[in-house]
Amino acid sequence: MAEKTPGILASFEFLDSTVDAIHDLRKAGFKGLRAYTPYPEHHIEEALGHGESPVRVWTLVGGLTGTATGFAFTIFTSMDWPLVTGGKPIIAIPAYVVIAFESTILFGALSTLIGLFVLSRLPHIKPMIVYDPEFVSGRYGIFVAAEGGKLDEARRILQKHEPKLLTEDREGAHAM
Amino acid sequence: MTTATEVAARGTSTHPDIHRHSDVNRDVLAILTRPGIGWWGLFAFAAFGVAVLFTAWGALIVKGFGLTGLTSPAGWGWDITTFVFWVGIAHSGTLISAILFLFRAPWRQSVYRIAEAMTVFAVMTAGLFPLLHLGRGWLAYWLFPYPNSRFLWPNFRSPLVWDVFAVTTYFTVSATFFYLGCIPDIASAREAATGLRKKLYQVISLGWRGTDNEWHHFSKAYIYLAALATPLVLSVHSVVSWDFAMAIVPGWHATIFAPYFVAGAIFSGVAMVITLSVVMRKLFHLEAYLTPKHFDALAKLIMLTGLIVLYAYLTEFFMAWYSGEEVEKTVFWNRLFGSYWWATWTMLVCNGFVPIMLWFQRVRRSIPALFVISIFINIGMWFERFVIIVTSLTHEYEPFAWGVYRPTMVEMAILFGSFCWFGFWFLLFTRLLPPVAIAELKEVIPAPMKRKHGGAHHG
Repeated sequence: MAEKTPGILASFEFLDSTVDAIHDLRKAGFKGLRAYTPYPEHHIEEALGHGESPVRVWTLVGGLTGTATGFAFTIFTSMDWPLVTGGKPIIAIPAYVVIAFESTILFGALSTLIGLFVLSRLPHIKPMIVYDPEFVSGRYGIFVAAEGGKLDEARRILQKHEPKLLTEDREGAHAM
Repeated sequence: MTTATEVAARGTSTHPDIHRHSDVNRDVLAILTRPGIGWWGLFAFAAFGVAVLFTAWGALIVKGFGLTGLTSPAGWGWDITTFVFWVGIAHSGTLISAILFLFRAPWRQSVYRIAEAMTVFAVMTAGLFPLLHLGRGWLAYWLFPYPNSRFLWPNFRSPLVWDVFAVTTYFTVSATFFYLGCIPDIASAREAATGLRKKLYQVISLGWRGTDNEWHHFSKAYIYLAALATPLVLSVHSVVSWDFAMAIVPGWHATIFAPYFVAGAIFSGVAMVITLSVVMRKLFHLEAYLTPKHFDALAKLIMLTGLIVLYAYLTEFFMAWYSGEEVEKTVFWNRLFGSYWWATWTMLVCNGFVPIMLWFQRVRRSIPALFVISIFINIGMWFERFVIIVTSLTHEYEPFAWGVYRPTMVEMAILFGSFCWFGFWFLLFTRLLPPVAIAELKEVIPAPMKRKHGGAHHG
């Protein structure tokens, strides 16, 4: 996607028209469509052909890092000042499992959150040039970035599915 | 005009009176705009209670722990009881938001935001008590492993250090989970708000727009966080129970403690969710969102966990008798008929017998009845922790070291204040963040379709 591609945003009232419009656009060879939905809509995700989200890698790596950190930390600090308490060994693995377990969860959760932010580019601070505030309420949206004749074709396809609203971004300043 | 198919759909739908997605925004966001007189009254009361709490805490710091009834042999009393009570309350929030999410329970959408907020604020309340109990609360950072000038580290073989790790992890993860779930709904609130509120929502919604890319990663991240929170919730109250079970105090040193505490925690927490939901339903007119069906499902959770708790009580008494161990037998005899018989019987009646009424569907679907039962359970579960802690500590091995612990007014003021502190944050939450999950509710309301025939539902 080039920086300065103009685009067009359509906002729909019905789910099935949105899904149909996405199918038509993809059939016509449009790439880099962006959909807006008020809730996670599987039909739209399927129509856009999303693969498996890599956020799971963040969870796994974060969790394993947490386990390693938990064990390493408890073992090294115990060896740093070896003091026998309660007749237990200096490296008391069953006791340290509790700490390692908690740090697995802590690191895994925080890394999932960071992964989500990185992958979905949050926080989103660029201005929204074309946007329908109804997207968080009840409407579905499609944004197509295209130039010249392709833009006219996109407009024609979108109009066929009777959008409530069509907005154009002529400068190509809209951040996907 | 109501057709037969509509009637059938009404029977299976979780929210029969909500038809359009934008209705959810309208109804839920309305809560954020109009604080009624009832809200202000409760808020003023809670603020007063917070002042009482900090006055009592201040008195403890200035005058010392002589203001409490804590003395040998009872080094733990009112404060640790209340700590365990609040940690327990926290648990059902994660149960409803994470475990029921993984099990795809369709009724959780209406209550889960309330339950999750309850979790975060209950952990915040519970966290006050270790600080308070430390005496010099400002030295609490000594609990954390940090490189200090004497190269001393915490003793990781101690259950109390486990507890620090478990509770801080729990707070961090449940707050993360809570905030993450809120982000799309804050974006909804952003579009409806004006002025300073809009500015605030713009910042804390992180510029959420609801793009397919955002939702795609969000849904997956949410599943993984739920999968991490599920073992976490089971571990936290297990670790809390090991604060007791690892010690060789009669009445504490039992392997049943971890599952017994986890079940008790969920039992008390669900009761608290019911208490809060009933009040919110009334205060904010959420009748279409919190239907008797939702309360019925919550009541069934209470039935299940209540049975586990009752079984654990009976097992404890049975094991004490069956062990033949003189000290163990004496402690349990003393629980039923000793100085604290009233506390034990309150616990048994409130937790063991009152929930039996929930076996009747008419009770489960009656909101006033559920409200009263949930209050009984809250009281009973506080007494359960009191019984475990105080009856065991005051009646250990040596008869000459037996004693009686009596709480003072300062301790009662702190208990009262802790409820107000919790209520204070919860009331603020209801005015600042959407208290019903807007986006998730839309997943269970049929999507608007242009073609009326064919699949009028979605996955």
